[in-house]
Amino acid sequence: MGKVINIQPITRIEGHAKVSIHLDDAGNVTDTKVHVQALRGFEKFCEGRPAEEMPRIVCHICGICPWAHHLASSKATDACFGVTPPPAAVKLRRLMQSIAYIGDRILHFYFLAAPDFVIGPDADYSVRNVIGIVNAAPDLAKQVVKYRQMTANMLEHFAGRAIHPTLSLVGGVSKPMTEAERQEMLPLAKELLEFSKFTIKFAKDNVFPKYLDAIKTIGVIKVGYLGTVTADGALDFYDGHLRLMKPDGAYDDFKYDEYLDYIGEWVEPWSYQKFPYAKKWGQLKLDLNDPVGVYRTNCLARINVADKMATPLAQKELEEFRAAFGRPAHLTLLYHYARLIELVQIAETAVQLLEDPEITSKDIRAAVTPKAGRGIGCVEAPRGTLIHDYTTDAEGLITNVNLIVGTTHNNAAINLSVNQAAKEFIKAGKYDQGILNKVEMAIRAYDP
Amino acid sequence: MPVKVAEEWLNACSGCEISILNTGEALLDLLPHLDFVHIPVLIDHKYFGQTGDKTVMEIPEAVVGIVSGGVRNEEHKHVAEEMRQKVKILIALGSCAAYGGIPAQANMWKNDEVFDKVFRHCASTEPSPNPEHPNVPKWTNSCQALDEVVKVDITIPGCPPHPDWIADAIGALLAGKTAWALPERSVCDTCPVIREKKSGGGPIKRAFTNIDFDPEQGLDKMRCINEQGFLCLGPVTLAGCAGKEGVPRCVQARTPCRGCFGPIRKGARPMVDMMGALTSVGLDPKTVVDRRAIMNRYIGGHGFLAPLPARPAR
Repeated sequence: MGKVINIQPITRIEGHAKVSIHLDDAGNVTDTKVHVQALRGFEKFCEGRPAEEMPRIVCHICGICPWAHHLASSKATDACFGVTPPPAAVKLRRLMQSIAYIGDRILHFYFLAAPDFVIGPDADYSVRNVIGIVNAAPDLAKQVVKYRQMTANMLEHFAGRAIHPTLSLVGGVSKPMTEAERQEMLPLAKELLEFSKFTIKFAKDNVFPKYLDAIKTIGVIKVGYLGTVTADGALDFYDGHLRLMKPDGAYDDFKYDEYLDYIGEWVEPWSYQKFPYAKKWGQLKLDLNDPVGVYRTNCLARINVADKMATPLAQKELEEFRAAFGRPAHLTLLYHYARLIELVQIAETAVQLLEDPEITSKDIRAAVTPKAGRGIGCVEAPRGTLIHDYTTDAEGLITNVNLIVGTTHNNAAINLSVNQAAKEFIKAGKYDQGILNKVEMAIRAYDP
Repeated sequence: MPVKVAEEWLNACSGCEISILNTGEALLDLLPHLDFVHIPVLIDHKYFGQTGDKTVMEIPEAVVGIVSGGVRNEEHKHVAEEMRQKVKILIALGSCAAYGGIPAQANMWKNDEVFDKVFRHCASTEPSPNPEHPNVPKWTNSCQALDEVVKVDITIPGCPPHPDWIADAIGALLAGKTAWALPERSVCDTCPVIREKKSGGGPIKRAFTNIDFDPEQGLDKMRCINEQGFLCLGPVTLAGCAGKEGVPRCVQARTPCRGCFGPIRKGARPMVDMMGALTSVGLDPKTVVDRRAIMNRYIGGHGFLAPLPARPAR
């Protein structure tokens, strides 16, 4: 009779999960499971709600990426009612999304992920955390706090709320940006771009090289990828079409409203979180040696599926990355690197948007008439592709909702990565908190 | 001596924790005075020992316990009870912990109906039995506020709570106080808009058009959102969403309040009070679309929302 190791709760992630690792009599890993323990039921309780209220209800799915849900929902309701927001409204939506992303990336890299790298994966848990970082590098910590707060202040100053926003509505946004506001925000965005450039350089010089071994061993799997690209193949966070790439790099492109042809969701009895999988590749198989239907989303997936980045500095970073790791790059810990390449793009995007005079246009809301319809809105959240699929009745009330959100896409892949890490590090019944933390690092890379 | 603090999240979205981090420099000033013994979002302390060998869940003892999120399943209940046993002062952080929050909208349905939708009637989901496993905690009968399950000492409401109040409440505890509460004022008391105590009448407008305002002017030149004929829950909602200074944050975005700070005082009936507020400016409360859900958006715990025999009222 073997034993079961339980890691609970999984820490420095968003949400509630537990890992169980099953060992045989010899103390070797036979099976692992990541149990997601929370379920809230948004798909049900959104039924009956007025569609125009949705963007301010479903943002509460995630307090780390509320802007992404807010915008996916706005796009889905735009589509239900058949309205096209004016260009300035789209620019303001994109700007808010970019600023929110910058804050999110800084948070994940320095506060959630860095303790494993800066303090060390085997360090005691009491110092392997953000407070350890504050003590080890107080000046850098101050910078991090300052720039994170800057993103929150920029969002609040213009949009009232940094968390759980209300600015975006069916047909556009609730207020225009004044020239004075644009002038105020532009230099701040430039500062954020400088800090983003500093961050990726800091990571490439001081963090990643020391952990090449970890990068090559923790959570390594070879599966497919999902992300959003524009018509010319550039990575885009707000709009485009979806690209689903096989592990060998071949891909299918499809429109949002074709998602049901490509993606199915499987349910396992041991997790509340569903398992989206690539239907056309066969029935989902969670087998480390022969996975079927498994794909990943979030930053590494996005930079793998994109032909190029949308901005010049980020493109340079991508070229350097691809020269080192190829396309698609499969090593799971490269998520941390990919995240920072994206950080550069979104910071460049924020500056570009604020340099565009059209962003202050007063034309920010299209005329809206409620009607029966179906709308599928997608955006790229920090944690991956969001699919919001709504149906409305003639009064514009929601009759049906389907949601596939960020980390859910990664559920199967996270399970495989944990399985790989556990088998790699736990042998003959030997394990300690450093080893179990390495198993968790396989999860943390996905920033779930 | 730093004060020991334990933090947990239950049926939550992590927005409260992000709001703590948004305390910014105030957070760096507070940190040396706080000793976090358990906080899953930041620190790797585990329930069953660091290598998972213990059989009983253990959260270390602390002076202050902070819990975000309501109680939705058996494990949330267990964690809430463990926190209550181990801390002297328990803080309910955010509107999910205070009132049930957005997830308590699910209280309008029976649990079976929610599971049936999620696992058998979602477009991309292959219809399957409900997950059932020892590691998948069972749902409780409803989504509850924290104080429906354990005694709560301090409530910091808001979705999310404003960092000013989190810092303020913790500062008060560090100074030796054991109680803290937001002043009982309404959002309208802190809203600078022009009020004339009348509206143009007619049915209450849905958000298909923007409210009327001059973007070059401040809110003090804008007419009250209710008086413009839209539903704004400011009159029945506790003030404080923008912190110690600043205007109500949804109004700053030129959008109406939806009540995320909850009722102004314990025992209030916001829905009844809001009907009165609308009537007093000449609007017909019966014309609010989806009235029951919208007026209880953040406060569906404490029995405010429950399944109706027929279809939920619109």
